[in-house]
Amino acid sequence: MPVVHMCTIVPISLSIGANRIVPTVSIPYPLGNPELSPAEEKHLRRELVLKAFKALTTKVDGQTVF
Amino acid sequence: MAYKLIHYINQFFAGIGGEEKADITPEVREGIVGPGAAFKAALGNQAEIVATFICGDNYCANHLDEVAAQMVEAVKRFGADGVIAGPAFNAGRYGTACGVVCAAVNKQLGLPVVSGMYRESPGVDLYRKEVTIIETSDSARGMAKAVPAMAAAMLKLLRGEEIADPEAEGIFPKGIRKNMFYEEPGAERAVRMLIKKIKGEPFKTEYAMPIFDRVEPRPAIADLSKATIALVTSGGIVPEGNPDHIAASSAQNYGAYSIEGVNDLEKGKYLTAHGGYDQTYANQDPDRVLPIDVLRDLEKEGKIGKLYNVFYTTVGNGTSVANSRKFGTEIGSQLKAAHVDGVILTST
Repeated sequence: MPVVHMCTIVPISLSIGANRIVPTVSIPYPLGNPELSPAEEKHLRRELVLKAFKALTTKVDGQTVF
Repeated sequence: MAYKLIHYINQFFAGIGGEEKADITPEVREGIVGPGAAFKAALGNQAEIVATFICGDNYCANHLDEVAAQMVEAVKRFGADGVIAGPAFNAGRYGTACGVVCAAVNKQLGLPVVSGMYRESPGVDLYRKEVTIIETSDSARGMAKAVPAMAAAMLKLLRGEEIADPEAEGIFPKGIRKNMFYEEPGAERAVRMLIKKIKGEPFKTEYAMPIFDRVEPRPAIADLSKATIALVTSGGIVPEGNPDHIAASSAQNYGAYSIEGVNDLEKGKYLTAHGGYDQTYANQDPDRVLPIDVLRDLEKEGKIGKLYNVFYTTVGNGTSVANSRKFGTEIGSQLKAAHVDGVILTST
């Protein structure tokens, strides 16, 4: 089964060998942003998860950052 | 008085036969057999191989614990002071056998144990922490070089001498870190190393980073609307109270928690156990680390078939590669058994 790694420090993800990588916002809130309104923040999170879906449904031949 | 040793070899080096004899049961012969003659020459009058323990590679692979226990018994019976195994070169089963018997003798009797293997032998990764393993070439052509190195390491260990720099002596490091005192402070050593690096000269780190492995990318999910997606995190999100006591750093375990009926990770009901980042934002809204709220929305909209009703979590803060690998392997096999089609792994 494919795994998508959602993380902020992409070089670490590359060094440990993740094949599908989606960069995120920040270390303490990878899938959020406390400066946004709740609605905007949820929208941001949704967009990131949709990007993760794209990664899971895309064929990759090696380490790929989406 | 010379030290007494027992030598472990397989059926091939004992001259009994090849693959067709790989099922032979363990046998202990007094004195040297096969490569024992080379060890006799290398050990001189300081140590003597009093017995040779012979076992078929397949038999040993299928009865690892039993063969290891028999080796421990043989060491006791002969009153031996240590065990030499192999060298096994790149023979996988033989290397594993050498490792398992040495590790058992060292663990149960506290005696020195030495083996020799090629760097890619599975026995190296499995037993390097417990067994002094000399790096050998990949085939028996390297026997003449391997035997004196193994004998020298064994004599050193028998005399209670320390192996301060294993790599310099051709030994796979056991991963033991020791405090050392240098005349020159760390800053100067670091700058010197940096200058060498910039000049393209060879330099040696004082703290080697672990080597990470690679996996083949898995095929893509063909139809997401029929797929079961699971959530895993190293960000430490746990139910309130951290029921499995996952440590804030150097985690020793992971948790698996049901999210049946949970549509949103509410403040106070879930929080982070992670001690390596500011917890304020994750505790205000744990969905910022583990996006259950939007995954439930997307599940309702039919974008995915199903959100798997258990999430897995640990703390990725100084957690060892060995533990992480173990957690990952276990979580992966559980998700596979549950017919999960894809995984979203979030990290902080």
